Amino acid sequence: MNSSNKSVVIRGATVVNPDAVFVADVRIANGVIEAVGDSLTGDIVLDAAGCYVSSGFIDLHTHLREPGKEEAETIESGSRAAVLGGFTAVVAMPNTDPAQDNVATVQFVRERGRAVGLCEVIPSGCITIGRLGSQLVPFEQLAEEGVTLFTDDGTGVQDALVMQRALMAAKRLNLTISQHCEVASMTVGAVMHDGACCSTMGVPGWPSAAEEEMVRRDIQLVRMTGAREHFMHLSTKGSVELVRAAKAEGLPVTAEVTPHHISLTDELLSGFDPIFKVNPPLRTMADITALHEGLADGTIDAIATDHAPHAGHTKEQTLDTAPPGMLGLETALGVVITAVTLSPQKIAAVMSWNPAVIASISDHQGRPIAVGEPAHIAVWDTTTVWSVSRDELASRSTNTPYHGMELRGRVRHTIYNGQLVVQEGKALA
Amino acid sequence: MKHLLSTRDLSTEDIVSLLAMADHMAEINSRAVPKVPALRGRTVASVFFEDSTRTRLSFETAATRLSAEVMTFIASSSSVNKGESLRDTIETLSAMGVDAFVVRHKSSGAPQQITQWTDAAVINAGDGWHQHPTQALLDAYTITRNFKELNSMQGRTVAIVGDIKHSRVARSDIDVFTRLGAHVVLVAPTAFLPSSLDGWGVTTADSLDDVIGAVDVVYMLRIQRERMDAAQMPSLREYSSLFALTPERAARMQGHALLLHPGPINRGVEMIVDPSLVPGSRILQQVTNGISIRMAVLFSLLGGDATTTLQNGVEA
Repeated sequence: MNSSNKSVVIRGATVVNPDAVFVADVRIANGVIEAVGDSLTGDIVLDAAGCYVSSGFIDLHTHLREPGKEEAETIESGSRAAVLGGFTAVVAMPNTDPAQDNVATVQFVRERGRAVGLCEVIPSGCITIGRLGSQLVPFEQLAEEGVTLFTDDGTGVQDALVMQRALMAAKRLNLTISQHCEVASMTVGAVMHDGACCSTMGVPGWPSAAEEEMVRRDIQLVRMTGAREHFMHLSTKGSVELVRAAKAEGLPVTAEVTPHHISLTDELLSGFDPIFKVNPPLRTMADITALHEGLADGTIDAIATDHAPHAGHTKEQTLDTAPPGMLGLETALGVVITAVTLSPQKIAAVMSWNPAVIASISDHQGRPIAVGEPAHIAVWDTTTVWSVSRDELASRSTNTPYHGMELRGRVRHTIYNGQLVVQEGKALA
Repeated sequence: MKHLLSTRDLSTEDIVSLLAMADHMAEINSRAVPKVPALRGRTVASVFFEDSTRTRLSFETAATRLSAEVMTFIASSSSVNKGESLRDTIETLSAMGVDAFVVRHKSSGAPQQITQWTDAAVINAGDGWHQHPTQALLDAYTITRNFKELNSMQGRTVAIVGDIKHSRVARSDIDVFTRLGAHVVLVAPTAFLPSSLDGWGVTTADSLDDVIGAVDVVYMLRIQRERMDAAQMPSLREYSSLFALTPERAARMQGHALLLHPGPINRGVEMIVDPSLVPGSRILQQVTNGISIRMAVLFSLLGGDATTTLQNGVEA
C-alpha cells in the first residue's frame, strides 16, 4: 500500500457519529484515527468539504463467488467493488463451491480476503451441510474459527425442526442465524413477483406469502429458543409488519433490505430482461413504501446489498432460466440516497453501525470517528449526480440493473485499516 | 411494425386491417394454384425450440404461398442439444441471411429477447404461457367471419374454458377479443386462473354449466395432463365433471354459437363430445384460416419495401 507510512488528513468534512454531527478535520496515522480537530496537517490531504465522514460501511450480504465461480467474481474483484462503494467490511455468503460449511473453506475465504487486503472479508457459515437443509454444520468448530453469522442464503431452511435446532445451537454459542425467507414449495420455477405484471407476462410467480410464511414461522421459533435471528433481504409489506410486531414484543430479531428492493418494482421485468431477475423478486410500490417506513421507524436495521455477480452469458438466457441476482456494492450508497430520504446519521446507522453489531464486529468496525479508533472510514457525499455504467464497475460482472441511470450521492474516499484504498472515487490498488 | 411479439404490439386498427388482408389471402388460397410472388427473394426461418407441428406447418405453408424461401430449424435435432445458447443460435442463423424469424419457445419472452440479437423481423409463434398472437388473430378472424361482423365482436360473449393461467392462447385471445368489443368470461377452477386479472376486462365463472347456454362462442383450451399431476386440481375426473365439453353441455349451446379449440384436442379430457358432432364447431376452419392470417402477418412485416406488392401478387 502506497500510503502505509504516511499520515492522511480528511479536510473539511462533516463527521457523522452516533452522538454528534460536526465539521472537523480527521488525521489517520499508524492504522488509527490520530486526531480530530481544526486545521490538521498530514502527508496526504484529502479535500472533503461538503462531504460526510463516517465509519466504513459494512455489507451483511455479499456474494464474492470465490471459491467456485471465479468467472463471475473473485475475492479480489469483489473487495475492490466493496471499497469503491465505501464498504470496509463484507460478510461473504457461503453459497460458494465448495460451500462454507466447513473450517477449511471458511479459512480459505478469510485468508484470501486478508491477502487481498482491501477490506475485511468475513466468511459466514452455512446452517446446513451443503445448504441442503437437513444436517446441521459443526457450529462449534466454525465458531472457534470466528464465524458468527450462519445462513443457507439462496434457500431458506425449509424444515422447522432443523431450523429450531440451528437456533438452539446459536443460542448456546452466542451466534446469529441469518435466514433467506422463502417457502420453496410455493416458489417452484418462480421468476418474479406474483402480481399483475407476472399474470400478464405468463411466467411463474413468487408470491409475497412465500416470504411472509417463513418470517412468521421463524419468529415463533425465536420466541421458543431465545436465539438471535437476522432476516435477510426482506421484500414485502407483510414481512415488515411481522418484524415490527416481533420487535415490539422484544424478540431478538433484526432485518435488512437491499438497495434494489427499496428502489425498483416488478414492472421493470415487463420487457423480459433477466437483468431485473433477483431473489426475492422486485415487488410493488406498496411494498417499497412499507420498506421505506420500516427503515424510518427502525424495524429494518440495515441495508445490505445482496451483491450477486453473474457472468454475462448467464444473463443472456431466457427469463426463466437465467440466474437471479444483481450487482450492488458500487451503487448501494447512490441508490439509497436517490430512493429514500434519510439523514446522514441514519445512513451511517443502516450501512455501518447496525450491521457491525449484527455481524459481531462492532469492537473494531462501525466505530465512531474519534481519536484512537481503528481507521475504517468512508468519505461520501449526498449531492454528486453520476450516471452508472456497467462497463466502469470494478466487479468482474456487469449485471447491474442501474446501467444508464442517474444516481445522487457517491463515495469519495475509503480508508481501510489506515490505508487509503479509494481516493476521489478511484481504487488505488 | 417491425416485429409481432404480442397482440399488444398491435393497435385495434392494425388488427382490423390484418383481418381484412386475410380476406385477400383467403381468396388466393381458394385458387387452383394458391401461390403469389409477393415475398419472392425473402427468407423466413421457422425456429422451433418447442415441439409444434401445426403452427410450424401453417407458417411454412403461408410463407411458401407468398413465394418466400423457408428455412426450418428444430431444436430437438440441432446444436441446441450441444449446449449452444439462444443468442448464438440466432446470430448464426442471422448470418445466413434471414428476413424473418418465426419463433416458438417454451420460455415466455424468448422472442422479445431474440430481437436484441438480429436485425430480422421476429414473429412470435408461441412463447411459454405468454403470447401466441397469430392464434388470436386467426381466432378473431374465424369468429368475425362466421358472424359476418367484419371489424367487430361488439355484443358477443366468448367463454374461454380451461387452464387460463398456463395458456398463451388465452392471454392473446382475451386481449384481441376484448379490444374488438367482445365480453370474455373465463371458465376455470381458481388454480387455473392467474393471481391477478387487473386490467384484463373479463369476468369469471367457476362452472361451464353456468354459462354454456348464454354465450356466442365456446372456446375450449387444451388441458395438459401434467398440470393435473401438479396438484392443481384434485383429479382429472373432477375437472372433467365441471369444465369438460360433454354431449349434454354441447346440446345446450345456442343455435348460432360457435365451438373453437386451438388444438391439439385432448379427447376424453376437455373434449368428451366428438367435435364433429357439434354443429357450431369451427375447429378445422380455424386451421384453414390460420394460413391466411399468417400470410397477412408475413406480408405486412416483410412486404413493405418488397419490389412486388401484394396487389401485383394478387394479379400475378
